[in-house]
Amino acid sequence: MSEENGEFVVRVENLKKHFPLRKGFFETLVTRQDITVKAVDGISFGVRKGEIVGLAGESGSGKTTTGRLLLRLTKPTEGSIFFDGKDIAKLGDSELRSLRRDMQIVFQDPFESLDPRMSIKEIVAEPVRVQKVAKNEEEVEERVKEALRDVELVPPEEFMMRFPHELSGGQRQRVAFARAFILGPKFVVADEPVSMLDVSIRAEILNLMIDLVQKKGVSVVFITHDLAVSKHVCDRVAVMYLGKVMETASSAKLIDLPLHPYTQALIAAVPVPDPNYRRSAVISGEIPSPVNPPAGCRFHTRCPFAHQRCISEEPPLVEVEKEHFVACHLYT
Amino acid sequence: MSTVLEVQNLTTHYSTLRGWVRAAENVSFTVAKGQALGIAGESGCGKTTVALSILKILPQGGRIRKGKILFEGLDLVPLSDESMRKVRWKGIAIVFQGAMNAFNPVYKIGDQIIEAIQIHESDVDKQAALERARSLLELVGVEPDRVDNYPHEFSGGMRQRALIAMALAANPKLLIADEPGTALDVIVQAQTLKLLRDLKDKLGLAMVMISHDLSIIAETCEKVAIMYAGHIVEYGDADAIFKEPLHPYTQGLVKAFPTIHGEKVRLASIPGQPPDLLNPPPACRFNPRCPFVMDVCKKIDPPLQKVGSGEHYVACHLY
Repeated sequence: MSEENGEFVVRVENLKKHFPLRKGFFETLVTRQDITVKAVDGISFGVRKGEIVGLAGESGSGKTTTGRLLLRLTKPTEGSIFFDGKDIAKLGDSELRSLRRDMQIVFQDPFESLDPRMSIKEIVAEPVRVQKVAKNEEEVEERVKEALRDVELVPPEEFMMRFPHELSGGQRQRVAFARAFILGPKFVVADEPVSMLDVSIRAEILNLMIDLVQKKGVSVVFITHDLAVSKHVCDRVAVMYLGKVMETASSAKLIDLPLHPYTQALIAAVPVPDPNYRRSAVISGEIPSPVNPPAGCRFHTRCPFAHQRCISEEPPLVEVEKEHFVACHLYT
Repeated sequence: MSTVLEVQNLTTHYSTLRGWVRAAENVSFTVAKGQALGIAGESGCGKTTVALSILKILPQGGRIRKGKILFEGLDLVPLSDESMRKVRWKGIAIVFQGAMNAFNPVYKIGDQIIEAIQIHESDVDKQAALERARSLLELVGVEPDRVDNYPHEFSGGMRQRALIAMALAANPKLLIADEPGTALDVIVQAQTLKLLRDLKDKLGLAMVMISHDLSIIAETCEKVAIMYAGHIVEYGDADAIFKEPLHPYTQGLVKAFPTIHGEKVRLASIPGQPPDLLNPPPACRFNPRCPFVMDVCKKIDPPLQKVGSGEHYVACHLY
């Protein structure tokens, strides 16, 4: 991919993650081949400084696994992950530890991602203590206060001594963001950060994230199943299907002028709050199993435009116009 | 159109150590044959409580303290457990959210549907019940031969379909669907909702659909009730409400939904949080978050009043 518009902070090349499936005793006797779930199967993309890149797709498309790979929370089967120009795909745990300062994550469920026995202060201070970046206790406290102010939990003194169960879902997710941003990371993965929250407070958490990104110049990978949200939040979006990237483009272009039949189907399936609107004829079936993904183009089993070539040959991800990549034989 | 369900001033509270949680208060609505009513609202607004009250399957501590639930003219509130049993499934069936976990994993799908049929209609023999299970699966678009499959052999969307088939096992008049699309991906969700819409038209079902997602309700329902903190704040024809939402809460909720069509914008939110129902704010429960709040909002609870020409009711002092 081109790097014209600034350096990539994070870039992956041909990244793969296959999870082995446990076989029964009998199967180990009769089958030679190992069965694996191909959660992520050869993807390449990059995130620039200060950019929010959306990873969209149905459940089972591999978006969460990709997020975990980017942070090296799990080890890739194959491929490279360049962070700040350095390949971190094969680094060991101790080498990764110092890198964790620069890369953080916000999880989906703020009811489970915060330890119920720790006070908000301890939760937010934990990264500072683990990384030993504060000289003394006063500095730890100062940094916690600042992080809480950044996420608009003010006055911070009022929240520091509370426990997660005393906070609402939105406030908890703010705490999760404070914890992720306290070390001043360069790169954050936000894994469906608002899907567990109520509709009326989702917007304020998303706006908070956008503001933090702009203020701190952080690069973010925003994992979502909701294309409507990604349009308003992301600069660019990558659509995944069965472990592959099918299309990537600027969020406006991807949603207003989608090229891949899968992206088109996903967008057509998004409900609209208007009683006179009917979602157009949606594609049938469900996402196939990633254990045995269809040969050729993975989407051909559900694609309304599938032809012979799609069954035999896997389409590469090609740039059809500037910054707009599609993996589909209709465009090659 | 004949009214199937009429709920009048339903008030359901949960008893806790700290007092009564006022989950639903003075909730009234009607649903006719072949009509779908959507109850929309955030979590904790009382929408599921209303659904559970209709079937009288409230969890421990939950009590209907006031009001009437008229199902085909019969008030369900004073009914005994024994008589209620005859209404459930045959009269009113429910599809719960989370299709993934609603089936027993160690029994075949077909056997579970047969069990439902035989419990509620004891005169049906096994063979006839099996036939019905097969045709029910066909009705919801699943291969009839898959009666012999176990739940884990079904995909998420198929399990949701099978669950709908099971709810229809005893030919109910009213179907309650609690968050039918929530755990599903958009494409499967669109398929499921289309199925519900088709079934409603084909079988003339009355439907109550509960969802936090306004767009799902807009798509499926003719009537809408917007709930906030245990009260219905706006009620009426879907067309009227979505064309011109009047209650400030409804307006905020509509705005909070990111639309996929149109320009990239900064999303709007409703500041603050839903209130604690142990101790709800006085008078209008939305007053602490309302951008148009007036003095009267803190003193007098606004009643649901008719506005405009169509079926459109709103509980707000602005009108």
